[in-house]
Amino acid sequence: MNEEKRHDGRSNDDLRKIKIELGVNKNADGSCLFTWGKNIVLATVHGPKPMFPKHLSNANKAVVDYKYRMACFSVTERKSPVPGKRDKEISLVSANALESAIKTELFPNTVIEVNTLILSADAGTRVAALSAASLALADAGIPMKGLISSVAAGRANKELILDLDKHEEDAPDAVDMACAVLMPQKEIALLQMDGYVNIKDCEAILDKAVKGAEKVYEIQKQVLISKYPIEGEINE
Amino acid sequence: MSDENVLDILEAQKVKSFLKNSKRIDGRDLKEARNLEIKTGVVSSADGSAHIKLGNTEILAGVKFSVGKPYPDSPENGAMIFNLELSAVAGHNFQTGPPRIESVEFGRVADRAIRSAECIDFSKLCIVPSEHVLLIFVDCYVLNADGNLIDAAEYAAMAALLDAKIPKLDANYKIIYSEYTKDKLAIDINKFPASFTFYKVDGKIICDATNAEEKASDCRFSIGVVNDNIVSYHKGGIGTFTTLEIKEMMKLAVEKYGAIKTKICDVK
Repeated sequence: MNEEKRHDGRSNDDLRKIKIELGVNKNADGSCLFTWGKNIVLATVHGPKPMFPKHLSNANKAVVDYKYRMACFSVTERKSPVPGKRDKEISLVSANALESAIKTELFPNTVIEVNTLILSADAGTRVAALSAASLALADAGIPMKGLISSVAAGRANKELILDLDKHEEDAPDAVDMACAVLMPQKEIALLQMDGYVNIKDCEAILDKAVKGAEKVYEIQKQVLISKYPIEGEINE
Repeated sequence: MSDENVLDILEAQKVKSFLKNSKRIDGRDLKEARNLEIKTGVVSSADGSAHIKLGNTEILAGVKFSVGKPYPDSPENGAMIFNLELSAVAGHNFQTGPPRIESVEFGRVADRAIRSAECIDFSKLCIVPSEHVLLIFVDCYVLNADGNLIDAAEYAAMAALLDAKIPKLDANYKIIYSEYTKDKLAIDINKFPASFTFYKVDGKIICDATNAEEKASDCRFSIGVVNDNIVSYHKGGIGTFTTLEIKEMMKLAVEKYGAIKTKICDVK
């Protein structure tokens, strides 16, 4: 294990600083402002509510309508507000990941709208948005099997590291694996990666991401417990 | 999905009942892929083309070059634009109209495997730095959809790219159509990428799913492989995987790589 620190002083298994506020948006049924290093994400939840147009609804379960959008000013070069292929793909895989945590079968014919807006981006926005969305759902009181805790892990400058920032993501040998884990079941709900990596390192990065997600889960849990104090033991 | 109909549900039930005894409805082994047939140079108006059949899944991929401006962050490199079209001919549940989210997703996953493998030498496509470069347009048309479109599209795209000839340019950097240089598109065969998608049905992992098996599945996982390296990951669908399953699929994908590479690279 290399003890040399990363460019921002973190060790290889450290997360960036995370700050979470729940219920920040008064119009929404549930909301979460998630500050993760230089990433800032606002997630809001509306619903379950009747779905329009009706033909898009499902008679067996609620539809999860997840939107991942970036503010024009959130990145270095101004981003067009029109959602591109990237936004659409991330919205889809994130919706799938989130749906695996929600008891959608309880609300047939409805839609649960989850909107995430990246206000400031510094790599790892899709995982920050998912972690925020999962808390916003909990804040809205939607019945869930668990929380989605997500984090990226990867490689930069020959080091296997947790939670890459933009500077590390731009390394010539960068590998970036976005991972969302259904906690506490520890099942993988989203996994995307691009890079060039051998199997051994790939497995190590996966293990690192899952461990990192557990850390995120602990933070998420604390936030929920402090806003919604419970008596007695947590039932896992 | 709202387009679920009774037949789909019955078919899914059949797939699941077979899988209980570790069998598949078409008699294949759980980890066995369907037969792959490839023909290249099938469209004379395209600069490179390939028609592939993976079982009943049929895809036609065409490569067209055009001259354009490079991306500002790589002024001396050409670029590749990848598109997957789920046209109405592909099956009863596809309609004409704006691209559906699946076609965006499938196209991007196949694209990512090729891109992260870094098998194409984009610097050879530079004409005048910061001004003119060759852009590679890869368009994959699904002609008949019977599952595993991601892998099929990736194989078709690679076969078409390997078939692609570089067009001649006039003095104003315009393409002279149907005249070609002696050069083929520079692809490093040692970095040949292959995509492998696995599906999870009732806790069992199967390779190369058909349409019926896809409908019965909870989720899928696509892996881009180059030799024994992993170049891309993509999990799709609503269900979840365990870490162990992910590792098992990685090993399987690497095992299957050699045969697919030989098959696609040796087409003539």
